[in-house]
Amino acid sequence: MRHTISVLVENKFGVLSRIAGLFSGRGFNIESLSVAESLDPNVSRMTIVTRGDDRVIEQVTKQLNKLVDVIKVIDHTEEKFVGRELALIKINAEPQLREEILRIAEIFRGKVVDVSSKTYTVEVTGDEEKVEAFIEMLKPLGIKEIARTGKIAMSRG
Amino acid sequence: MKKTGAEILIECLIKEGVDTIFGYPGGAVLPIYDALFKAPIKHILVRHEQGGVHAADGYARASGKVGVCLVTSGPGATNTVTGIATAYMDSIPLVILTGQVPTAMIGNDAFQEADIVGITRPCTKHNYLVRDINDLSTIIKEAFYIASTGKPGPVLIDLPKDVMAASTIFKYPEKVHIRGYQPTYEGHIGQVKKASDALMAAKRPILFIGGGIILSSAYKELLELSEFTHTPVTTTLMGLGGFPSDHPLSLGMCGMHGTFSSNMALTNTDLIIGIGARFDDRVTGKVDEFATGAKIVHIDIDPTSISKNIPAHIPIVGDAKDVLKKLIGLLKKEKKNWKKDNQEWLNQVEEWKVTHPLSYKQGKNIIKPQYVIEQIHEVTKGEAIITTEVGQNQMWTAQYYKFKRPRTLLTSGGLGTMGYGFPAAIGAQVAFPDKIVFDIAGDGSIQMNIQELATAVQYRLPVKVAILNNSFLGMVRQWQELFYNKRYSYSCMECQPDFVKLAEAYGAVGLRVENPDDVKKALKEAIEIPKPVLIDFIVDREENVYPMVPAGKPISEMLLV
Repeated sequence: MRHTISVLVENKFGVLSRIAGLFSGRGFNIESLSVAESLDPNVSRMTIVTRGDDRVIEQVTKQLNKLVDVIKVIDHTEEKFVGRELALIKINAEPQLREEILRIAEIFRGKVVDVSSKTYTVEVTGDEEKVEAFIEMLKPLGIKEIARTGKIAMSRG
Repeated sequence: MKKTGAEILIECLIKEGVDTIFGYPGGAVLPIYDALFKAPIKHILVRHEQGGVHAADGYARASGKVGVCLVTSGPGATNTVTGIATAYMDSIPLVILTGQVPTAMIGNDAFQEADIVGITRPCTKHNYLVRDINDLSTIIKEAFYIASTGKPGPVLIDLPKDVMAASTIFKYPEKVHIRGYQPTYEGHIGQVKKASDALMAAKRPILFIGGGIILSSAYKELLELSEFTHTPVTTTLMGLGGFPSDHPLSLGMCGMHGTFSSNMALTNTDLIIGIGARFDDRVTGKVDEFATGAKIVHIDIDPTSISKNIPAHIPIVGDAKDVLKKLIGLLKKEKKNWKKDNQEWLNQVEEWKVTHPLSYKQGKNIIKPQYVIEQIHEVTKGEAIITTEVGQNQMWTAQYYKFKRPRTLLTSGGLGTMGYGFPAAIGAQVAFPDKIVFDIAGDGSIQMNIQELATAVQYRLPVKVAILNNSFLGMVRQWQELFYNKRYSYSCMECQPDFVKLAEAYGAVGLRVENPDDVKKALKEAIEIPKPVLIDFIVDREENVYPMVPAGKPISEMLLV
């Protein structure tokens, strides 16, 4: 089963490598990982999406907790949470396609953030399914490049 | 007054109670060695950094203190990796100090530069690169704290040369607070109550103990629990010495080369109380068929050990000593005739012990390796500190030296490091100059760190080495015999040094023994000689370690002869 885990870590040199090394060394998988500073500049927040049965996930959370630089581990899967990601999509924007792109972007509440004579770059946020659906819609029009953040998450309430 | 980084380091070590360092100097640590020159710390100059870490490890295992090792950058640091991994797998408290190139040069592929913090991340409990001299004393304090608390382990501190040469006002932190590191010592009383109820209800209980008993100094509590409840005890390799081997309730070691009684008891029990043991594959054999009828209580200070290999019905996170005290306290309030209730089970266990004891036959002509170990046990009255290498020598030692006390067997259990035993013996001898320290070795493994003979001679450490010389990598050959149709692919050591002459060349004493009648005499002689002695026992070349559970089989399926 798929789990979304938030990890609060000391904002120190090498922490990302400790986490990544733990996953690779123990054969756990990472589907996505996003990291940034939290409200407290000494603390970073990571969101890790991983997959495994109950025993694997139990080990993942225990092993994360065992790292000295890890302050807190929250597995969101058992609770209500908000999960979002952001994608930037650069797409072919030949004059005859521009109308169509804008229409699709509007449906998905996407925003054009960069324009050139041949391309549009569209920003979209949402849960994974929405981002996937958006990308699927744009594919036939000719996507040139995609950048996705991976999921970030927060408990509700 | 301002002090240099190197001076602060030494001062912090003294404050941590460090009186001995095992080390090897080099360019990047010259400032540290300069500060060490006049410091009240004993420095043992080893001959290879791997030997240095193993020696610090042997010192730590024998004494219970944190072992300290100091090496230079680059190759000095990378040579410590096997030693660090060895200590990590067996949860031994070490602080490894490595030199590093100056901070401005880090990342530039400077001379003798290696990213040792990156390299050792997966085999240390934690590690540090000190980039600012003002962090130095806090980092050292934290390192010793992390190494020695919770589930102990090695901590590495990488020390750039410029940080060691810089100076600042020295402030020693009296307290440590690490928000991400707060080990649980106290077992949850509700869980302990469940364990107590389970033991009350069990018909065929067994205590299964590992190195955690020794690390938490819980042997008295274990003995009390076992005797009070008339519950037999089996140990892992790391648990040997945690319970007296000559006790009627002791079943000896379990697992791949465990005793028949241990493995049968673990297979037929209805309750395993695992204490400070991690149910590793050498113990469980085929996991799916391990103790299928048993409820499992698992007591461990490390939550990740619990339910990692074998799911626990009653997990208890905590220090073994604390949990056992609570458990005994609860059980003493209960009314139960333990002796009577467990008698049937104890009779069964005793029958397994009597019908299938460990055995070998010593003939007239060829020395059996097991005989050498039994004789070492006899001449040292079971009071020596024993280290081993890895392979047959290690398993025979585990089987035939009857360990009575904790911290008397020093062996690389988890990583299985050949070359561990001899430097570890040196470290143990440094910790206990008046004790007899024996390294029980094979002719293969002794050669992996034989250069440390010079260290033993230099510091007049009268370590004894018993080489069980079969001119084979014995355990490899045993597997090849049993599972690869006797194709002895590169396991035969066709060219061996003359170990007697080699010992003499180093300034130690060498003895050779080829006749069973001379074994005891040679051992006594070696103990009398106040120098390092290497005894080359020419033993039966194709003797095997039995019982043996083939890899991937359940532990009830033992090869017995």
